Amino acid sequence: MAAQNLQSVPAELSRGESQEQSQEAAQREADGQANFDRVMAEDSRIEPRDWMPDAYRKTLLRQISQHAHSEIIGMQPEANWISRAPSLKRKAILMAKVQDEAGHGLYLYSAAETLGQNRDKMTADLIAGKARYSSIFNYPALTWADMGAIGWLVDGAAICNQVPLCRASYGPYGRAMVRICKEESFHQRQGFEILLELSHGTPEQKQMAQDAVNRWYAPALMMFGPPDDDSPNSRQSMAWNIKRFSNDELRSRFVGMMVEQVRVLGLTLPDSEIRFNEETRKWEHGPLDWNEFKEVLAGRGPCNAQRLERRREAHDDGAWVREAAAAYAAKRQAKQSMTTKEYAA
Amino acid sequence: MSPHGNPEVPASSATEINREAPKASPVVEPADIKSSPVVGPGETRVSTSSNTPGNAWGLWEVFVRSSRGLSHVHAGSLHAPDAAMALRNARDLYTRRNEGVSIWVVPADAIAASDPDSKGSFFESPQGKDYRHATYYTKSEGVKHL
Repeated sequence: MAAQNLQSVPAELSRGESQEQSQEAAQREADGQANFDRVMAEDSRIEPRDWMPDAYRKTLLRQISQHAHSEIIGMQPEANWISRAPSLKRKAILMAKVQDEAGHGLYLYSAAETLGQNRDKMTADLIAGKARYSSIFNYPALTWADMGAIGWLVDGAAICNQVPLCRASYGPYGRAMVRICKEESFHQRQGFEILLELSHGTPEQKQMAQDAVNRWYAPALMMFGPPDDDSPNSRQSMAWNIKRFSNDELRSRFVGMMVEQVRVLGLTLPDSEIRFNEETRKWEHGPLDWNEFKEVLAGRGPCNAQRLERRREAHDDGAWVREAAAAYAAKRQAKQSMTTKEYAA
Repeated sequence: MSPHGNPEVPASSATEINREAPKASPVVEPADIKSSPVVGPGETRVSTSSNTPGNAWGLWEVFVRSSRGLSHVHAGSLHAPDAAMALRNARDLYTRRNEGVSIWVVPADAIAASDPDSKGSFFESPQGKDYRHATYYTKSEGVKHL
């Protein structure tokens, strides 16, 4: 009966209905916001199909996709050394590590997709140079010791940053980070071991290790992002329970850990101003060149162009594989539907 | 030039930031995230069928049984052109360290999910039915084997 009535809805009534609909939408949004606020207050988790503020979605998308791109680009400095590794064991370890980085990129792309971003669009943005990734990967890996310094310092800084992200308020992001952190600790330990072996080797090897630490120290410290008073998005990210600690807080913790570990290596950190502030109970370090950070981030680092070019090449080189796999899948499907028809007949 | 012809060594000074690097380097813009999300059935919001324009391969949800006697648990998702490739990719992506003895892959758009907005009414029924739990019955406290 209701359906019959609907067929001849007078114009005024349908206008009234749309007003009702927009009221309903407003109500849904208000309920959604209330639910979101409650989840934040309880320090619970937002899941993909929950209502969330647009700015929250955008912030997450930016952070997760940049993180994913960093993992993907981050394969390059190390992949370069697979064929140059000093032993079969080191080669196998490096391959496993690079494979992990690819995996981490894919976990994160999946998490970004749950926010409504298209996977191929993310790849296209990276290749077109429209997307950002961590500035650290625009520095060159000059010697074998760099594999050690990258593992120890760069992956060490990444772990420091990522452990609190396991508790990020967005469920899929936190879950991806749990998986990543589990795998990342092998990365740092193998880097430490490379440096330890070199620092206990010949004077030349020790010098090589020290040189690598000297070059990677400052860029690794800058991985935590700009100082707190120059990090406009941090406050909001912390209010949303995405970020748990400020950039400077994490950086200070990292310096404290490195100070201990570098002694075991028998090397030094290239920073004479490192000290423990008894008043603030925090580790302090010397000044960092934030101008350099901004330059590298803006695309003017030593390897930016090279990294993107390589990523583009890899994508183009893989085109025939993607096409072949799609063609094979289509052929199999056609065959299958033919067989099904035969059965039916 | 390094002894191994290491392409990581830039043509110019190796140890310094090259501030004179060509300005033709990429324009960095925040990722374009204006495209409106499509609500899909499963966890992922993007419409997932393989013929979705812009996504070359379909999306698959991956479930891994970590050891015999346990259920398959959702591990994540991946893109693949067909089920066989999805299984191989899932093995490489989610079981690199013996995390699984069995894998399921399911096309993401084959999953039907409850609506998170209607959770109040949808999951209402158990509310106020404490008597379904053993802890509701307190008079037997202290009685052995009960």
